[in-house]
Amino acid sequence: MKVSLSWLREYVPVTMPTEELADALTMIGLEVDAIHNRFGSLDGVVVSRIVDIKPHPNADKLSLCQVDVGGEQMLSIVCGAPNAALGLVIPCALPGATLPNGITIKKGKLRGELSEGMLCSASELGLSLEKSGIMELETQAAPGTPLVQALGLNDATLELGVTPNRPDCLSIIGVAREVGAFSNPRSKVNYPSSDTAEPSKAYGKIGEYTSVEILNPELCPRYAAQLVFDVKVGPSPFWLQDRLISVGLKPINNIVDVTNFIMMETGQPLHAFDFDRLAQNRIIVRAASDGESFTTLDNKAHTLDREMLMICDGEKPVALAGVMGGLNSEIQEDTTRVLIESAYFNPSCIRKTSKKTALSTDAAYRFERGIDPEGTIYAVNRAASLITTLGKGNLVDGVIDEYPAPIALREIIMSVKAVNKRLGTDLKRDEIKACLEAIELAVAVVDDDTLRVVPPPFRVDIERPEDLSEEVARIWGYNQIKTTFPPIPAEAVEPTPNIEVKNTIRNLFTGFGFYETINYSFIHQSCCDRMRLPENDPRRALIDIMNPLSEDQSVMRTSLVPGLLQNVQHNNSRQVRDLSLFEIGKVFYKKAEGELSDEVEMFAGVITGTPREQAWHSKERPCDFYDLKGVLEGFFKAIFLDKIVFEPLLSDDCHYLRKGYSAKLSVNGAAIGTMGKIHQEVIDAFDIRQDVFLFEINLKELVTLVNNERTALPIPRYPFVSRDVTLVCSEHVKAGDLLSCIRQSNEKLVETARLIDLYTGEPIPAGKKSLSFRITYRDQEKTLKDKDVNKVHTRITEMLLAQFDAGLSG
Amino acid sequence: MTRTTDLKTELINVLTNQNIEEIYQGALSELEKAETLEDVESLSVKYLGRKGLVTLYLRGLSALPPEERPLAGKRSNEVKIALEDSFAHAKTRCESQAEGADTGIDVTLPGRTVSAGRLHPLTQITQEICSIFTRLGFSIVEGPEIESDHYNFEALNIPKHHPARDMQDTFYISENTVLRTHTSPTQPRVMEKQAPPVRIIAPGKVYRCDSDITHTPMFHQVEGLLVDENVSFGDLKGILTTFVHQMFDKDTSLRFRPSFFPFTEPSAEVDIRCVICRGKGCRVCSHTGWLEVLGAGMVHPAVFENVGYDTKKYTGFAFGMGVERITMLKYGIDDIRKYFENDFRFLRQF
Repeated sequence: MKVSLSWLREYVPVTMPTEELADALTMIGLEVDAIHNRFGSLDGVVVSRIVDIKPHPNADKLSLCQVDVGGEQMLSIVCGAPNAALGLVIPCALPGATLPNGITIKKGKLRGELSEGMLCSASELGLSLEKSGIMELETQAAPGTPLVQALGLNDATLELGVTPNRPDCLSIIGVAREVGAFSNPRSKVNYPSSDTAEPSKAYGKIGEYTSVEILNPELCPRYAAQLVFDVKVGPSPFWLQDRLISVGLKPINNIVDVTNFIMMETGQPLHAFDFDRLAQNRIIVRAASDGESFTTLDNKAHTLDREMLMICDGEKPVALAGVMGGLNSEIQEDTTRVLIESAYFNPSCIRKTSKKTALSTDAAYRFERGIDPEGTIYAVNRAASLITTLGKGNLVDGVIDEYPAPIALREIIMSVKAVNKRLGTDLKRDEIKACLEAIELAVAVVDDDTLRVVPPPFRVDIERPEDLSEEVARIWGYNQIKTTFPPIPAEAVEPTPNIEVKNTIRNLFTGFGFYETINYSFIHQSCCDRMRLPENDPRRALIDIMNPLSEDQSVMRTSLVPGLLQNVQHNNSRQVRDLSLFEIGKVFYKKAEGELSDEVEMFAGVITGTPREQAWHSKERPCDFYDLKGVLEGFFKAIFLDKIVFEPLLSDDCHYLRKGYSAKLSVNGAAIGTMGKIHQEVIDAFDIRQDVFLFEINLKELVTLVNNERTALPIPRYPFVSRDVTLVCSEHVKAGDLLSCIRQSNEKLVETARLIDLYTGEPIPAGKKSLSFRITYRDQEKTLKDKDVNKVHTRITEMLLAQFDAGLSG
Repeated sequence: MTRTTDLKTELINVLTNQNIEEIYQGALSELEKAETLEDVESLSVKYLGRKGLVTLYLRGLSALPPEERPLAGKRSNEVKIALEDSFAHAKTRCESQAEGADTGIDVTLPGRTVSAGRLHPLTQITQEICSIFTRLGFSIVEGPEIESDHYNFEALNIPKHHPARDMQDTFYISENTVLRTHTSPTQPRVMEKQAPPVRIIAPGKVYRCDSDITHTPMFHQVEGLLVDENVSFGDLKGILTTFVHQMFDKDTSLRFRPSFFPFTEPSAEVDIRCVICRGKGCRVCSHTGWLEVLGAGMVHPAVFENVGYDTKKYTGFAFGMGVERITMLKYGIDDIRKYFENDFRFLRQF
């Protein structure tokens, strides 16, 4: 909503500087988004006089002018205006000036002749639509005087962000009411008179010419109309055009301009019909029928339904009520008789219509938010008078006002104590009363604590006592309310396991050198194919967004994998090849009809490139499966999860990982995640040129496994003894099986077992490998003797030899 | 000859030819002459090594007649301990002497790097926000990101066909299911399950169909809700002032101005003094000197009615803030889209 200061001043005195006014409006709830100096773009435009003029040697329609702009030198300017003439006083834009249309004036040559400025039309200066020639000034000001000074042009426009609850402020008068409330002293709005024109004696009463019939009063509670005959349609006078331009509207003709002017002034949208194009010269207001079609005056056809409201004449629809008029009844150059509509429509009806037809007009914007139902007559009177005056027409006596069930005013009982309690203030009853009265609420004192308040009909937002508390706070000033503190409860806040675990993950993974990423929750549908997901994979149960911004963001993700792979691709293509990234976020699966989605929080990470850069102490090497597995093992150890098992992944388990290079993570047989090397086809599909290792873990499952209870164990009092054993076995034997065999051997002296070496090649025979284990033994009761250790170690060695068909090395 | 007899012969030689005191004195005098670490090291081998004189002597004690063994054993052990001490001293002495001449290692060689990663800046700020409010007694809750129209709108006093719906461009999953447009649905969700007092914050992702230099279709909010008896707008100001002072600094002033949210009444927009220009006016604050960082208000009675709270007895306040916005201010980030590109060169900066 734009408000020009000069227009605002018509209704309320504004004494404070513009910046201060803007600040005060913001602080009362009408946020000023911007202040525009309306004529700021006319800096560099000065009064000038043509002192010499001759035809352009190379162009018939151009002339060469010598122009006095107040300096010592005359400027040479090429001009194409037909009215350019010797002695004419006109606005001249000097080099460097940027006009409202965005053109910056430069010195240059036009058809070979020097031109050092531009003589301007009113349209070029944004002062009116007049563009048939340069603007002839009637000013005494000397050449060189800035144009804004010579014409007394001094106005600013404020751009207000009006919240949806304040349709009353979608008008200059509405804003003026607020300005009056915070002005010091407070002032009331000076409402302009609405019946400035006398009804014509040449015509009878309006009822003799037309009628209005409302068939659906629930959608159209009130419909008023007035008639003006014998008008002459033409351009509006400068002042009216200027008003419309100042608030961003385009002048069209004197009739339409008046309806727009009154809408901006009062907030009541009006519509002007060509009365002679209304069949039977009457108006019928009715709901549309399903499938009915109608062409609005922007020449677009719409298919309507029964929730929409039509304005019809005796035969056919002539307007889409509250939204836009029809092509078939709009004001034309030869229109002489005008019917002005001023109605109150049901807000949600207009909103639905506007949404369904995708027509958002200034009228619909106001109707759907709720206009003043009592403002229709004032607005139609004012418009009719103005049209009569400007269009030199005759006003037909009387107003039609169909208002079958008048809307009652609300009455709200409020308690002074309750307001103070809600706000944390200590306001007196009469202070509250004064605040409310400042914005035209009718307040009656019932008793010391009770006020009876009747909000004016234009304040559609005030319905209950709490709404009044906001009005009091607004007028009193939010910043006058003292800052206090609620008591803090004694009981401590329970930690949330889910959040705790996430924070632990974040601490550990950043410690492990991983960077956290956050990806959009929506992905491209093709990600499923790019991940090689089979047809029956649950991750193909994608949730579609009905109105996505783009194909890339059209479905909800069912995996964190695509996001992380895109991060790898993004960084790789920017010369960042070594990456360790992780993400925690939700994935979404489709559920049965009528239910919300299944949201599962996941935790995933990738490594790619080299884990350690080439340095003086070590060679660079590409990362592999075991780099990632080591991180996960370290992570599980850190959160005391020792039951996680890494099992080889079968080909059907996870199609985006490479079989044979990937593992399934499970606890007690239940899978909680996968890890491994991304399949080459997936790497290609995501346009990556290097190996990527990835894990994805179900966070919800993980959280249930985390147990933060610890019991201290005695620290061993006796020393351990370690023994190594090296076995040679088939290369197909899994190291993990050997380790579990040792750990689960029922030998209670065994404390730990580690794989310390792995070797293939000479002198180990082909198809075999050599594995060395270091086993530590400890007795909690006494110092171990060599012979006891030897006995156990031999038993374990023999068990391994037998179970895995192995031999001892050497 | 076997190895065992060989060792035995050697032991007998030691025992018969030398007594422990001689060995001790010999060691001390040789040690005194030692000048370098290498000297000390070789003497250590000679006397205390696996085949050193003291070691062998100790092992050979079993060859002595039983009545002599305890005394000789005790003395030998004393000597061993005393010598270990002397060798340690000698080592320190030699090291100190060597220090002057030793060029040492090149300490400017880079170390074997152990590098830490970093949290996403949005996570860092979310954690900071949550930490401030948990210190104030708020507990953290989470809610679904795919939300019903009911919780996202209706329960928050935003009926269908209400122009307030225009304030948030909504992504729809179906006619009655949306991607939540704000974290506010956590308010009714919590209140339905819990009787007052309520004191929660709810961080999380939210979605709106909007994308340009200042909007991304997904972003993060932190919601707050406090309900109790006698909670006032003044208390809301108090809590948010404390928050801003902790989040930015104690000199950051705030202003509250009227606004509109269908689920609060009165509603307020909270501005802070521009943290970049300190109120002088700059590009970040659009030359107003103020930055909008929070939306807030007293919980609308309709919201309480929807969850069955007694509006006569309880009042409360709610607030919400955009994490991206606060993070931009904290770190001077100029383009919101950078958050979700996950460019390493961006992530490593925070």
